[in-house]
Amino acid sequence: MNFSQCVHNSFIIIGRNKLRSFLTMLGIIIGIMSVIVIMSVGAGAQSLILNQIKSMGSNLIGILPGKSEENGPPASVFGTPIVTLKNKDIQNLVSPAFPRVIAASSYARGLDTVAWGDNKVDTYFVGVSASYIDVEDTFVSQGRFFTEEEEKSIARVAVLGSKTAEDLFGDENPLGHQIKIKKTNFSIIGVMRERGVSGFQNQDDQIFVPVTAAQKLLLGINYINFARVKIDSSDSADDSVEYIKQSLRASHNIDNPEDDDFSVRSADQGLEVMGKITNAIRLFLVAIAAIALVVGGIGIMNIMLAAVQERTQEIGLRKAIGAKSKQIISQFLFETITITFLGGVIGIILGVAISATVAMAAQSMGYQWDLVISLPSIFLACLVSIGVGFIFGIAPARRAAGLDPIEALRYE
Amino acid sequence: MPVSLLEVKNLKKEYRNEDVVTPALNGVSFKIEKGEFVAIMGPSGSGKSTLMHILGFLERPSSGDYFFNGRNVNTFTDDELAETRGKEVGFIFQAFNLLPRTTLLDNIILPLFYTNVHKREWAYRAKKVLTEVGLEHRLTHTPGQISGGEKQRAAIARALINDPAVIFADEPTGNLDSKSGLQVMRILQELNDHGHTIILVTHERYTAEHSKRILKIKDGLIISDEMVGNRQIADGAKELIK
Repeated sequence: MNFSQCVHNSFIIIGRNKLRSFLTMLGIIIGIMSVIVIMSVGAGAQSLILNQIKSMGSNLIGILPGKSEENGPPASVFGTPIVTLKNKDIQNLVSPAFPRVIAASSYARGLDTVAWGDNKVDTYFVGVSASYIDVEDTFVSQGRFFTEEEEKSIARVAVLGSKTAEDLFGDENPLGHQIKIKKTNFSIIGVMRERGVSGFQNQDDQIFVPVTAAQKLLLGINYINFARVKIDSSDSADDSVEYIKQSLRASHNIDNPEDDDFSVRSADQGLEVMGKITNAIRLFLVAIAAIALVVGGIGIMNIMLAAVQERTQEIGLRKAIGAKSKQIISQFLFETITITFLGGVIGIILGVAISATVAMAAQSMGYQWDLVISLPSIFLACLVSIGVGFIFGIAPARRAAGLDPIEALRYE
Repeated sequence: MPVSLLEVKNLKKEYRNEDVVTPALNGVSFKIEKGEFVAIMGPSGSGKSTLMHILGFLERPSSGDYFFNGRNVNTFTDDELAETRGKEVGFIFQAFNLLPRTTLLDNIILPLFYTNVHKREWAYRAKKVLTEVGLEHRLTHTPGQISGGEKQRAAIARALINDPAVIFADEPTGNLDSKSGLQVMRILQELNDHGHTIILVTHERYTAEHSKRILKIKDGLIISDEMVGNRQIADGAKELIK
């Protein structure tokens, strides 16, 4: 029996029981589809995250409260607020002693309902330093940003993100109006330019207030959530990270680096860490999808074993008319592989279609989402589906080949 | 001296199931020449099916020799037995043994899967044998759509497709009404007239009398070996044969 005869034969058998063949394939279809979707959507999400970090600029350094491993996740991912980082620590960083640091901003965030008269929106308010617009390379489209003096004096002034301004005020000019955040009135002095989605956050749907006001009037805390520092060039990132660490250790009276209660990372390090974290998540999800494949494979083995039983007479006949044991083995193996391969191809098509839909949906929502479908992963999916057929087809095929032709012919 | 097509010498077969030994053949010897039409006749349990399985290369004897075209079959490997079944033998079973939900064409070409016959020739051969059994208009029908007699004729076509040296028919009329049974016997007689060697296994005297020679078997022994004096000719269905 040559290859084309095997194919011919497999299609006769599969066509004989179309519904059952399809249901048999379903496990493989879902398994392969999941792997393709997870690989592709995972890569898309990863590219989104990494692009966002890149878009923040490579000459940014981030400071997080709490100690964390060099390339591990930040301490704050474990959920407890860490109160060790203060606004003063950040103010101290900008000094003529280390001119590479150009600007530094603290961040303290909260979520609340913001009201202008009867108009209300739920949005984030972010307490930042006056140098925020230098750190993030942005500017106001109307009015002005607040000054260092206003920051120091805990001024009740606010700058709206462009979307928040539109949501609250519509076509009206918001400048000079008073809004209420947590029962405190703030005067609007500016509106930020439109920036789009970045860092998992619609940058336009926020309200910026002086960090001091956010701490004392809105959040009732004396610490900050994180800080960003802008340096003159990414070449000096390592030096700058070291300088910032020393400065923070001095402020916190820490002698031994082991006792650090903060972590400092350059954009490149951040990229590396995020790359590692997202890779780990992808791997984890692919491993779950692989379980679906194994379950699908076991389902196929089960059905093929039942098919051997059901087709005992046929196997007896095939042997009587000249089939050798190895031809019976290859026939059954080929049937299983044909089923899993067809399932794999259908799974790939569905997986690519779903990935493309997700990418289109994300792009239409303004995310910078790449549709990543790697040829090697499709090739691998084909190989895996053939491999599943081979592994789970061998036992039924051997059972078929081992049947005694006379008993098989008599079997009813 | 020319060799016989089949020759068995003191053939014995016993089945062992744990400690219980059941003898099926107790030493049978005979020859069958090319072109013969032989009926192996006996009651159930006489050993006739076992004998056919050994002659048809489906089973090995416990002792004794079986020569096929002068070659000792005892020396054949399992693969050689399978190959010989595919090339030299055509089987016709009582229960037809056609693949369900599969067209007659696909059923009939099944033995060709296991040969080196080129695929180009398959359809030609299938049409030829289907015409021989009068089923050329049923190519795309499945077994569920045709009558019992037609099923057995399709099975005969399948047995013929490899142009075998010998055709074994195991109670070929057992599941058929007498009219369809006669048609099948007519086809077998015609095939024999055209030179095919046919070995028929049956328990019915009437069916056996369509052959030319009857080997009677009882308790695993040949009790008589006679030419048929008053042969039945199944000509009632002649118009079926092209």
